[in-house]
Amino acid sequence: MTANGTFQIVLYLVVLIALVKPLGWYMARVYEGKLRTPILRHIETFTYRLAGVSPDSEMNWKRYLSAMLLFNLLGMMILYALARLQLHLPFNPQHFSAVAPDLAFNTATSFATNTNWQAYAGESTLSYLTQMLGLTVQNFLSAATGMALLIAMIRGLVRQETTNLGNFWVDMVRGTLYVLIPLSLIFSLVLVSQGVIQNLAPYKTASLIATVKYEQAKLDDAGQVIKDSHDVPVMEAKVVTEQVIPMGPVASQIAIKQLGTNGGGFFNVNSAHPFENPTPLTNFLEMLAILLIPAALCYTFGMMVRDTKQGWVILFAMLFIYVPLTIGTISIEQSGNPALSKLGISQAAMPNISPGGNMEGKETRFGIVNSAIWATATTATSNGSVNTMLDSFMPLSGLVPLWLMQLGEVVFGGVGSGLSGMLIFIILTVFIAGLMVGRTPEYLGKKIEPYEMKMASFTVLIMPLVVLVMTAVAVVTHVGINSISNPGTHGYSEILYAFSSLTNNNGSAFAGLNANTPFYNIWGGIAILIGRYWYAIPTLAIAGSLARKKAIPSGAGTLPTNTFLFLVLLIGVVIVVGALTFFPALALGPIVEQLTLWNQYGS
Amino acid sequence: MAARIQGQPIWDAAIIKTAMIDSFKKLTPHYQIRNPVMFAVYIGSILTSCLFIQSLFGKGEAPAGFIFAITLWLWFTLIFANFAEAMAEGRGKAQANTLRKSRLDILAKKLSSHSRDAKYQLIPATKLRAGDIVLVEAGDVVPSDGEAIEGIASVNESAITGESAPVIRESGGDRSAVTGGTEVISDWLVVRVTANPGETFLDHMIELIEGTKRQKTPNELALTILLAALTMVFLLVCATLLAFSIYSYHALGLGSVVSITVLVALFVCLAPTTIGGLLSAIGIAGMDRMIQANVIALSGRAVESAGDVNVLILDKTGTVTLGNRQATEFIPAEGVKGETLADAAQLASLADETPEGRSIVILAKENFHLRGRELHELGATFIPFTAQTRMSGANLPGRQIRKGAAQAIEIYLHQMGGVFPASVRTTVDIIARQGGTPLVVAEGNKVLGVICLKDIVKGGIRERFAELRQMGIKTIMVTGDNPLTAAAIAAEAGVDDFLANATPEDKLALIRRLQAQGHLVAMAGDGTNDAPALAQADVALAMNTGTQAAKEAGNLVDLDSNPTKLIEIVEIGKQLLMTRGALTTFSIANDIAKYFAIIPAAFASTYPALNAMNIMHLTTPQSAILSAVIFNGLIIVALIPLALRGVTYRHVSAEILLRTHVFIYGLGGLIAPFVGIKLIDLLIRFLGLAYL
Repeated sequence: MTANGTFQIVLYLVVLIALVKPLGWYMARVYEGKLRTPILRHIETFTYRLAGVSPDSEMNWKRYLSAMLLFNLLGMMILYALARLQLHLPFNPQHFSAVAPDLAFNTATSFATNTNWQAYAGESTLSYLTQMLGLTVQNFLSAATGMALLIAMIRGLVRQETTNLGNFWVDMVRGTLYVLIPLSLIFSLVLVSQGVIQNLAPYKTASLIATVKYEQAKLDDAGQVIKDSHDVPVMEAKVVTEQVIPMGPVASQIAIKQLGTNGGGFFNVNSAHPFENPTPLTNFLEMLAILLIPAALCYTFGMMVRDTKQGWVILFAMLFIYVPLTIGTISIEQSGNPALSKLGISQAAMPNISPGGNMEGKETRFGIVNSAIWATATTATSNGSVNTMLDSFMPLSGLVPLWLMQLGEVVFGGVGSGLSGMLIFIILTVFIAGLMVGRTPEYLGKKIEPYEMKMASFTVLIMPLVVLVMTAVAVVTHVGINSISNPGTHGYSEILYAFSSLTNNNGSAFAGLNANTPFYNIWGGIAILIGRYWYAIPTLAIAGSLARKKAIPSGAGTLPTNTFLFLVLLIGVVIVVGALTFFPALALGPIVEQLTLWNQYGS
Repeated sequence: MAARIQGQPIWDAAIIKTAMIDSFKKLTPHYQIRNPVMFAVYIGSILTSCLFIQSLFGKGEAPAGFIFAITLWLWFTLIFANFAEAMAEGRGKAQANTLRKSRLDILAKKLSSHSRDAKYQLIPATKLRAGDIVLVEAGDVVPSDGEAIEGIASVNESAITGESAPVIRESGGDRSAVTGGTEVISDWLVVRVTANPGETFLDHMIELIEGTKRQKTPNELALTILLAALTMVFLLVCATLLAFSIYSYHALGLGSVVSITVLVALFVCLAPTTIGGLLSAIGIAGMDRMIQANVIALSGRAVESAGDVNVLILDKTGTVTLGNRQATEFIPAEGVKGETLADAAQLASLADETPEGRSIVILAKENFHLRGRELHELGATFIPFTAQTRMSGANLPGRQIRKGAAQAIEIYLHQMGGVFPASVRTTVDIIARQGGTPLVVAEGNKVLGVICLKDIVKGGIRERFAELRQMGIKTIMVTGDNPLTAAAIAAEAGVDDFLANATPEDKLALIRRLQAQGHLVAMAGDGTNDAPALAQADVALAMNTGTQAAKEAGNLVDLDSNPTKLIEIVEIGKQLLMTRGALTTFSIANDIAKYFAIIPAAFASTYPALNAMNIMHLTTPQSAILSAVIFNGLIIVALIPLALRGVTYRHVSAEILLRTHVFIYGLGGLIAPFVGIKLIDLLIRFLGLAYL
């Protein structure tokens, strides 16, 4: 790794960790209802009055869950309707037609669940209204939902002998009003100051400084390639003299997309686009925004359980997985492609001349380090935005984002959902480790019994089930294989990546796979729904069951969960479960691809 | 610690023989289905057996020899797991057979009414119902559990307790319970039967020892759920590999699709068979260790809860102290010689048959060489203790000696026209504050001095409490003494807290209060008035010598009737849980190495590049897969002793225990299979079987 690279990663981590405590403290105050800000307070009470919600009435886990499911369903339906009816609605300067039903379904599930998988290109498919009222609104609400889920889970751990987990509506309003909106507002203004656009104007057309000439296969009316008698495609010359420049309300969507671990870009190339991510500063801040809330929530957790060490242990467990993988990705990318070395091309970094390494698919503005930090951050969390093309990474560094998702999106993970997923892993760790100290397992004084184990097993089981089965179906069917653009091992990796991303509600794409087909849209949508809710339901069930229990006072015989040893164990369990589940699948994809590359060209 | 619990050696030829036969008998589906992990292996074995038969007809997906070797070892894996369980059961079975003999052919003398003199008829003991009245005379075997309602008898309970010294059973009071299968040696009892056939203590014991009615305990159930989930995950991993392999084969056009046999082998290696195969053996062995400690656990849950206990409630008398107060010192009043005081004290106590009285005589002899004398030779009359005077003593010609509580003596002196010296009052206060009981001795109207009576704390108990503290267990001493005395003894014995002036209601209230704070409470008790507290406690150890009510309220019965055994029980509980955790960790950690053995081998034909992952340099793909399967089976056998004996428990904090166990079973579990699989591979190569 270059000195510059080291500096950037250190700077990134230092700023991130410095922000954890203040933001975490603030969020704990928000959710515990201890914040006194007159203006926001008025808006909050007004919202409750408007919606007819009585903020003091508590919900048990089933009511909390029903409220969440109903609310998400409503959001999904509105988004679906917006996409289907956009041609007849205002703010559609480019007159985009209705989105196809399968794509609209996929997009609706995707944004309502914080996945933000995009099987479409934003600038050529969606109207401004769909982007603003549909996507951006869901960006806020799906993030607030994830945080509400976590808060309910924490209450389950903290409260004793009660069935109440709080009020879903209150948690939603507070999360949105006090946390997401203020942060996004500030962040989008900063982005605008750096050149991120924010307008409702029609697309602009600009003349090219240099015209572009190229040949392209001629298509018939049905869109098929016309071939001559020798079965060779008939080519036609094309001359391009002008370029269409898409416009739109970008800054407002980018801020929440990064902060709320959403990741759905306004434009197709996401944050590689200069209007989404124009300067080194925006790039740094957008990367920071990816990890900000998930990291700070660890501290919020610590505050709410009255032992901030518990939160730090979780945060550092996440960092200890994240940082080495990021460094690994940078090193592998920096060392370049052996096939090129074999040709005598130097891939060493030369200051001011060449960044060296594997630069395929990367924005030259960002280079290897910033691409790699972004790639790992976006997949460690369930963000899924990209500023580089992951498909072009070296096989082994492409494995990193893939595997980070396959860990179940618990290393940071989605806002709220990631930490609650990590809490499930903690329950598993405590279960095994707790037995080794000669006690039946407990976490924060709550006994882990068959019911909790059953629910925890569900959540751990369901993700690999969906990922593996759907990938297996896709690789042996024509509808699945036809979308692959790189045949062979890499094509398999693309499909595995797609379903890993969908099921884990990440939303990033390995690219190279044409995902806008009915097969991928519909199965992908189903994977998204199972991935989100089949995990949320048992999680809330555990919260409900834990809240009913008494807390056992801790003593010398209790397994301490705020120590370095526990941190190591937790990392061990997350990695071993992730490795054991996906190792064979990865071995046949990125691993063998890298090994073959080495065998062929030498390392 | 393990040495404290004496038992038979783990490897006993007779038990091994029975266990070997049983491990084949247990191969039936209805038996295997009880254990989800092993049932999945069972299905896998049947599948590969079918594939082997298919290969014999020349249509095999892999060489017949290879499929045969894999199939054979899969069955061995199942048999090994069955063997572990059979071994654990074996030790109990032998014991149960002996017990069963004492239940057979007993005839009961069923009385027609509640009187000993009523007529009786002889009926088989198995026909007795609760509420029947029976007569048991010298030489009879008690036909069923019951309560003595008339008479007194000495009973030999060795059939149950293993203790040959007879015990007294009598109607009324705390020693009225009799147990079926015990033998009356002298005198007689009229007994009201309290248990229906099949529900007696002996029946329970046989069931427990044999493990026939063993139900999964909550923690065992939770672990089974986790293991079943892991098994499902690995099943999926292996099943989907087939699709991935088909894709790779078509995409590259190299080699062949992975065979079902290899996938089954991979699945069995990955599934947590080590812990899955040993889980029930661990549970049975835990119960067995209780039995070795002469404790009958009436539910497996109690054994498990014992590991969780964080408060022990102990009665002072008999548990913390030796039982009775003893005289430890003579403190003469001003101007009185020690010898004079001792002489008077001895005279006042010669006829006093209470343990306190006897200890005064002994102390006088030890300190002043005063020999015992016969009261009637001295012409003395003994004045016994009464509730009114609260004094005892002796009247000799010309001498009136009294001993009693300071208050009582003061009143007595007042009547005799004497004064109670201030210095003696100070002495009395000091003794009381130090936890002793002061007895003031007076002759005539003059106070001679004070005898200090003290509770003697059991030797070594302080160290045990210190160990318990390190384990995170708090001890609370319960006593009827006043707070001052209680505090002194508590300090001497090193208990964490005490409850003084305690009534049975106080004890119950204390347990409830502790439980409300989330504590898990263990206590021991024997009397009927202990029953409510025993029923409330999470782990309740009833003394076998105790009343029927106490035994029914408890969930553990100590046949030795030693309340200190609670400590041992906690250790056994912890050991059981630790063994489960250790083997689960070991089992899961094992999987990493198996991937390195099997994955490169399974896809060697399509992806030769994967051989870079064959870091153990195993000879051939076949021998790699076979070695992993063999290791997976053999490790179960290798761990049987650990499962039966349990992980050794040390008295250290949870943090240190965890560190040690993570190191041994986590890291060890990671490394062991790399070594083991390599060695087996070398052996296979040596035997020339690597190219099946």
